[in-house]
Amino acid sequence: MLASSADRAESSKVDVPTIGKSHSRNQFPRRSGLVARTGIGFGTCAIVALLTSCQTSGPAVNAHHPTGAHLQAQPVARIAEPKDVVSRARLRIMTAQQYDNTLANIFGPDLKLDAQFPPMTRTGGLLENGAGVAGVSEAQVEQYQRTASLVAAEVTDSAHRTFLIPCTPANEKSADAACAGQFLTHVGRLLYRHPLAPEQAAALVNQADAAAVRLKDFYAGLSYALEGMLISPEMLLLTETAAPDRTQPGHERLDGYSLATRLSLFLWDSGPDSRLLDAASSGALETPRGRARVVAMMLASPRLVAGTRAFFDDMFGFDDFQTLTKDPSIYPSFTGATAADAREQTLRTVVDLLITQNGDYRDLFTTRKTFISTALSPIYGVPAGSGWTAYEFPPDSPRTGILTQVSFLALHAHPGRSSPTRRGKALREILLCEPVPHPPPNVDFSKVENPDPSLKTMRQRLTAHRSNPVCAGCHRITDPIGLGLENFDGAGEYRGAENGATIDASGSLDGTTFTDAVGLGQALHDDPALTSCLVQRVYSYGIGGAASAKANPMLAYLNQQFAAHGYRFKDLLRTIALSNAFSEVEESTPQMRTVRNGSSLGK
Amino acid sequence: MDLFLSRRRVLKGILNGSAVTVALPLLDCFLNDNGNAFADGTPLPVRFGTWFWALGMAKQVFVPKTVGAHFDLPEEIASLAPVKDKINVFTGFDTFRDDTPNQCHYTGWVILMSGSSPQTAGDKPGESIDITVANEIGRQSRFKTLTATATGDPRTTYSYENQTTPSTPEWSATQFYTRLFGPEFQDPNAKEFKPNPKTMVRRSVLSVVMDDINRVQARVGAEDRARVDQYLTGLRHIEKQLDQQLSRPEPRAACKPPADPKDDGAMGSTFEMISARHRVLTDLMVMAIACDQTRVFNMAYADAQSSITKPGYEKPHHTCTHEEPVDQTLGYQPNASWFTRRAIEEWAYYVSAFSKVKEGDGTLLDNVLIYAFTDTSWARVHSLDNMPMFSAGRAGGKIKTGLHIVGGGSPATRLGLTAMRAVGLSGKEWGTKSNNTSQAIAEMVV
Repeated sequence: MLASSADRAESSKVDVPTIGKSHSRNQFPRRSGLVARTGIGFGTCAIVALLTSCQTSGPAVNAHHPTGAHLQAQPVARIAEPKDVVSRARLRIMTAQQYDNTLANIFGPDLKLDAQFPPMTRTGGLLENGAGVAGVSEAQVEQYQRTASLVAAEVTDSAHRTFLIPCTPANEKSADAACAGQFLTHVGRLLYRHPLAPEQAAALVNQADAAAVRLKDFYAGLSYALEGMLISPEMLLLTETAAPDRTQPGHERLDGYSLATRLSLFLWDSGPDSRLLDAASSGALETPRGRARVVAMMLASPRLVAGTRAFFDDMFGFDDFQTLTKDPSIYPSFTGATAADAREQTLRTVVDLLITQNGDYRDLFTTRKTFISTALSPIYGVPAGSGWTAYEFPPDSPRTGILTQVSFLALHAHPGRSSPTRRGKALREILLCEPVPHPPPNVDFSKVENPDPSLKTMRQRLTAHRSNPVCAGCHRITDPIGLGLENFDGAGEYRGAENGATIDASGSLDGTTFTDAVGLGQALHDDPALTSCLVQRVYSYGIGGAASAKANPMLAYLNQQFAAHGYRFKDLLRTIALSNAFSEVEESTPQMRTVRNGSSLGK
Repeated sequence: MDLFLSRRRVLKGILNGSAVTVALPLLDCFLNDNGNAFADGTPLPVRFGTWFWALGMAKQVFVPKTVGAHFDLPEEIASLAPVKDKINVFTGFDTFRDDTPNQCHYTGWVILMSGSSPQTAGDKPGESIDITVANEIGRQSRFKTLTATATGDPRTTYSYENQTTPSTPEWSATQFYTRLFGPEFQDPNAKEFKPNPKTMVRRSVLSVVMDDINRVQARVGAEDRARVDQYLTGLRHIEKQLDQQLSRPEPRAACKPPADPKDDGAMGSTFEMISARHRVLTDLMVMAIACDQTRVFNMAYADAQSSITKPGYEKPHHTCTHEEPVDQTLGYQPNASWFTRRAIEEWAYYVSAFSKVKEGDGTLLDNVLIYAFTDTSWARVHSLDNMPMFSAGRAGGKIKTGLHIVGGGSPATRLGLTAMRAVGLSGKEWGTKSNNTSQAIAEMVV
């Protein structure tokens, strides 16, 4: 039994994008950059070291607009999809999560999988982009081998073989080439993401047979052959190859299997299933109609949940949870279980709003609906049943949106205190795609030393900090945002006062002022950079590398489409997956053209 | 008929038949009369390692007043007293960034590990010193290098095969134990040697897998071919490990496989948790070296922007170095120094762990050279001059210890160069631009 639940899912009707509908209220010219937005040109950048990040002259453009004023409808010309933007055929290294998802999809969820592969280097805001440049160390291949050995043994053990291996050998103590071949070619196609070349399959079956004879155990033979496949570069190196585009002479597209893999990694964070590979081999993926049908099927699949979780876990920087701890003497309610559940809570909130409810992405920052677990209950001060239960914060609650969830608040704070600077920086970099400069290396903090016992709140201490012109430039673009979350301590728990002084949680986001976290969430919701940042991240995640400047027309097109679809995440995925740039690639060298199964079409 | 029987052919015969028991003679018989070499004259192997601590020093209480032998131990390094004669302390050596910007908590360690100053924070080191050494002396052992971090974070590593390939650190004691001493470990001192027939099967399957490299190689562009080649190197590494498992290992008297740590302890960043993890990982690492599982090793006690916390004190180490006022009476930052003192205690533990293992007529430390480095001198302002460093061990008798050596502003890369030469590399120079040096530190060379 190898069919997954997704294999059994019914294909849904293709949802035709409603291009051109009048959802133009949030169409804006792309802003030119952080400095222009924030008005820090008025600031006093006193030292040379800050010039690159802070040096501006004259008044800032669009620095101030009254709250809500920028939401007025503006006429926008419809942008057609640019046809000259293409992506690049890449080699990516499979991540641990993709490995786990792929194997769980092939062999079922009860397999004990916990692949410990090295983390990728975050590139262009995403770990996944790092997979396109990462090398492979010897220790890493060792890790592949260890994991493969455990997985292969488990798949073929007596508890699993009856339903994971589709045939029974004539004699369990000897070889059975027919049965081994049946299993290995079927699984091999899913693991390698294309059919095995005949000689490739034959070599593996021979190995399984020889091992079965040597060890007097059919299943042991199968296990070692499977282990071999699991450490093959065919499995762990995700290659993309180009083929001539039949519909556009002179252009090249990803070949069917490469496109199937790119789609599958994009939407499911996993290798393709059998139907997707069928679509690749039949040529269905080469036609717009066929692609639309396949993408609709993929978006309707339960695997979309894993894909969505993987993307947001990456974009939100949740890999930092691995080492998130709080000082137990300061935050006794915050345990390892709190951290794990905080990550899970936000991912559940994301999936519920964007996938289950098919809601507006911007509402993630204003929604009061979430899920609560026992470990989170003390921090939020709300009761929780066993497991995860849906919960809606009351209208007068200070918590709205994922900025007020423990994940954001605790991840972007110190072990023993809150940090408006870190929170402001995270909001800009993660959610608005605006890098915040590092502090200058030779700054002497002696003038801003703290603690000064007379400064009770973080606002007072940071105000003192910003009185230093060296610090002011960058802190002005982070702190007014982060101060809006000061009603939440470093563990994410609500507080009305700090050291006996009432907390003032007012602040501003690029000219939009607010009085508390609820207002901050609304200001972020209304900020056009929020959605354009998501578009940029999702697009680069899909094509496997940071978008270059050449892709700007594509991003403009995607921004408009996203708005036209009411900022529905699934529609954004669909638009990207069906775009020309997703499947058309730069012209390749001959070696990069399709060379499958030992044949040499490109030579 | 070819009557020559290779080891593999013999083993294959054994595997096809019944396993045999190979009795080994007494261990001491393998050493010469002086205890510093094997009986056939092969010297005990010299090993190279690194140890990293974060955020430099408070020079007022770190730099010994006395130069040379019999140096004093100021309070920040007072915990080194038990190992003072086994180490050297280096001060007054500089790292130079030339025309590159000072990447905070990054430039310093990159220079000390690779000899070159990075242009940007994304500009990862090329081949780091441990890899250069391992490519020369690390090929015979089961692992070319071993890298571990006490931070619990798999991203904390200072070792790079190349710019896109960091060495993945071990951060979990249980996983590290399994990798070292799990089912695939061959006890070099076992009385019996039974080659595992399953290993031969694995070895055979691997040859089929290696054929897939050509298929993949044919599909990728020129810029990705090096990565596919790297993958092949990784598969060859597995092949070599399997071959080793099919061969009787050389006995190692110092090898006494430790007990399974069973759990990883509390995962957190308080000093106590980091220290506990550091010590467990150190003990495993030391025994891996004694058992000749590796000859090159790296240990990171902290991340360069260390988030280690002091219970009840709100600032983690890195934040503390920038925000804590200098105590006008003491002349330094007391809490920042508290963190450094804890780090130096761990360095003392690390060195002691090597010196407690008897090897030949001395200790394991005598046949090791450890290079201890950091990311800044005075972390508060990210200064790169007067970088504090240590060495430990005698590299098989080639290095003197018990010295405080002052660099007089000369390149800190001199220590790396000296270390590489001491463990047998023949390079004339190391480093680029102002960090280039061809001058070893003569004071420490025997």
